[in-house]
Amino acid sequence: MSPRLNAPNIQLNELGKLKHFLTLEGLKQTHLLEILDLAESFINPQTNEIKKVPLLRGKTIMNLFFEPSTRTRTTFEIAEKRLSADVMNLNISASATKKGESLLDTLWNLEAMQADMFVVRHAESGAAHFFAEHVAPHVHVLNAGDGQHAHPTQAMLDMFTIRKLKGDVFDLNVAIVGDILHSRVARSQIQALSLLEAREIRVIGPKTLIPSYPESLGVQVYHDMKQGLDGVDVVIMLRLQNERMQSALLPSAEEYFKTYGLTEERLNYAKADAIVMHPGPINRGVEIDSAVADGPQSVILQQVTYGIAVRMAVMATIMSNAAQLQQADAQASTETHS
Amino acid sequence: MIMPNLDLDSLLDQLADAIRQAPFFSADSKMIGLRTGGEYIALALAERLQLNEAIGVLDSSFYRDDFATSGLSAQVQPSNIPWDVQDQTIILVDDVVHTGRTIRAAMNEIFDYGRPARIILACLIDRQGGRELPIQPDFYAYATADALRFKLQGPRPLSLRIEPLEDTL
Repeated sequence: MSPRLNAPNIQLNELGKLKHFLTLEGLKQTHLLEILDLAESFINPQTNEIKKVPLLRGKTIMNLFFEPSTRTRTTFEIAEKRLSADVMNLNISASATKKGESLLDTLWNLEAMQADMFVVRHAESGAAHFFAEHVAPHVHVLNAGDGQHAHPTQAMLDMFTIRKLKGDVFDLNVAIVGDILHSRVARSQIQALSLLEAREIRVIGPKTLIPSYPESLGVQVYHDMKQGLDGVDVVIMLRLQNERMQSALLPSAEEYFKTYGLTEERLNYAKADAIVMHPGPINRGVEIDSAVADGPQSVILQQVTYGIAVRMAVMATIMSNAAQLQQADAQASTETHS
Repeated sequence: MIMPNLDLDSLLDQLADAIRQAPFFSADSKMIGLRTGGEYIALALAERLQLNEAIGVLDSSFYRDDFATSGLSAQVQPSNIPWDVQDQTIILVDDVVHTGRTIRAAMNEIFDYGRPARIILACLIDRQGGRELPIQPDFYAYATADALRFKLQGPRPLSLRIEPLEDTL
């Protein structure tokens, strides 16, 4: 696999609009705002319901999950269905690749089944880029999480949740707590927060779980919850993965909770109206106390609901951009011929 | 081509009067305007008709049949119908009806909210001769078959600009 993670422009078309959605790196603020604004319009302002609309009728979207996921896969599926697309879920680890078919052969076969869009989740960083490099020109690729690289739709739904509940991101101090080093969610969140010009982006965690070049990310690093949470508007907790304990980066889950677990007491260091977010699934008693996860400041379940509208917006934007590019091409060719 | 000299206020008065005299009409009638021109006209009509309920506003962008060729317009905003459409007589309002496709999209969306008893179509201007669907306004204030572009600005003050439609390429 040749990830080419430094070539994010593969996701933009000739008009500079999104063709794929692989990472937030290399995007402009307007790309993000377009998606956030469109997501807003899928939500009924009275009932908060997300309506079904006929935008992607006749389009086929294939969800290729090479790595298990419940929340992301399900909300993508609901989003696709609310856009009236035809949806296929392929659990690839259990199918063709087991029989020795190469990834590209699988991809081309699925393309031959008239797929218009692939939603890809893979344990390898760069998997979605690899797909985007090899699909036919009319096929679009969305990254639903690749290795430790990026999870752009998660970051977008987090930005949407913040904007909806706390207002414009540029007025806010946001703290991300936990394993920043290995987290694709944190990477994408930091990129999104910088693009939206958050007032202050902080990361809080033990030295072993913070990248060694945090300044280049444009974030403030804290190793202490009290200092790190002081005066923040948004607290984003990350899931602590068990593998980290096995690889001796951390002593134990109990030890971690004692130092970095979000308890009601620690939440008091943040602003009184701060919101608590978590991409899920949560480890109760490891990174977050149940009293906080179920408490009044927690917006974890709203994140899940907003995830549907935001994923609808990403997919509708990509298909809309494709239509507009086609129209621009058609106009250009009539102009040259007339 | 001679530009028609239209007085927006008297056109709105005419349209409101015609609706008021229709047998289905009451102060409890429900009205929906299509964003954005139709919304402005609906606001002006609702005021003249002294409707009891606030108007609903539809953005039918998600229901248009040209998404696959034109994509979405820049600013889509959420539709907002503040009452139940079920079994209601709804006055659907737009500024200009031309091909009929916008009205088709709007009716599709209305049916997503429920089953209205009846939909009445009221348009300020009926641009005739370009219809692509069997949709006709029940009420209109001005009709023309000329190739004119009507640009409504509002909501307050409401103004109407008319200019010749340049030939498309």
